[in-house]
Amino acid sequence: MFRRLPDAAGAVVAITIDGLPFAARAGDSVAAALLLAGRMRTGATAVSGKPRAPYCGMGVCFECLVTIDGVESRQGCLVAVRDGMRIETQLEKAEPGT
Amino acid sequence: MTGEHDIAVIGGGLVGAAIAWGLARSGARVAILDEGDIAKRASRGNFALVWVQSKGLGLPEYVGWTIGSSDAWPRLAAELKDETGLDVCFERPGGFALALSDAELAARASTIERIHGQPGVPKFAVEILDRGAVAKMLPRIGPEVVGGSYCALDGHVNALRLFRAFHVALARRGVDYLPSHAVQAIHHEGGTFRIGTRASEVFAGKVVLAAGNANMRLAAMVGLAAPMRDNHRGQILVTQRLPRFLHYPLVTLRQTDEGTVMIGDSYEEASDDRGLTLAISAVEADRARRMFPHLANANVVRTWSCVRVMTQDGFPIYDQSEACAGAFVACCHSGVTLAANHAYQIAPMIARGALDARVAAFSARRFDVQKAA
Repeated sequence: MFRRLPDAAGAVVAITIDGLPFAARAGDSVAAALLLAGRMRTGATAVSGKPRAPYCGMGVCFECLVTIDGVESRQGCLVAVRDGMRIETQLEKAEPGT
Repeated sequence: MTGEHDIAVIGGGLVGAAIAWGLARSGARVAILDEGDIAKRASRGNFALVWVQSKGLGLPEYVGWTIGSSDAWPRLAAELKDETGLDVCFERPGGFALALSDAELAARASTIERIHGQPGVPKFAVEILDRGAVAKMLPRIGPEVVGGSYCALDGHVNALRLFRAFHVALARRGVDYLPSHAVQAIHHEGGTFRIGTRASEVFAGKVVLAAGNANMRLAAMVGLAAPMRDNHRGQILVTQRLPRFLHYPLVTLRQTDEGTVMIGDSYEEASDDRGLTLAISAVEADRARRMFPHLANANVVRTWSCVRVMTQDGFPIYDQSEACAGAFVACCHSGVTLAANHAYQIAPMIARGALDARVAAFSARRFDVQKAA
């Protein structure tokens, strides 16, 4: 669904998403990398359990919460990818720390 | 503006909006003169409790007044929903204050006992519960919780939606909402109030001061007194949304209908609501995680400070001017809890033209004593 702009440059950054390797580019946010990897569902609301995905892309809506290098519920749109980064989606309605 | 308004309400926060709604229901033509978006706005910063258990020490009439509004809240929530389609998420499951030490629990019990020991206080139940009894209702409490107080009359609401619902209802009822109308002067001439603002002059047969702490400045313009303090600042932390774990509001912590946890009830002497004191946030967060240890892992997504609307003795002021007939003042800290009373009790009195004897205890005359030094 999402495609990289044809003139987008940047060195390849190797990350994993739920354990699977993905080649992101330097400058990608975690949220952008998830969408480019075709992940249209990255989380679930704590209230109803309904599916969620990156939405505003600018730190406001808190819909892109994912676990990054073991730290839960980080805003994927506000974190840039780094080589070796481990990203886990939060598809189950769950409390922090469980 | 011309003299087309029967009543001008100065202040469009929860107190002014509730009174204006009640006035509009009586058929009056009402204008609300409000400041702009940058006004100090307790209606946007408050903790959203509809709270009874710890109110009224020092003014027994305040206890009954508060219980009356708490009892009328289901009607208010239902009527606002009928008029606007907005659910303000009023719940009244009862509420807690939790103690993290025996000394805190003893202090709480003493406060409750002193409230109930005052003459004329209506009977209502506040239970002091030990840890085991609390844990039956709040199973996630941490090991440091020794007990707490519980009152079945306590509840909470979505206060931002309440604020919005009032304004939607006001618009539907044809109330003129006039933003950027900060009031500079009020003149009483030939039975009419001429209200000067930077935007325009507004004329009305009656005027209701509902401008929070600014009532202190405005009251003097119409022969009233509203001794306020503009330095009672509180702070709130809000966590990310969490699965529902808390089915009762606490005086210091509650889970909203949208899953977030609000942590509040701090106090410091400060009047600037544009910043906050991190040391106070740290204490609030620490006490929250001692009460509910799983909150230690929750992200805080928002914090803010807000200056409480506070009279000098903490109790509401409802008064009418003798010098300028038709001028009224209403100020109180609990604009959420008392919203039902403001709509269903105070507004009809103002529409009729005089406050009833049953709110006489809230006259600012109680401040008319000589200072000892």
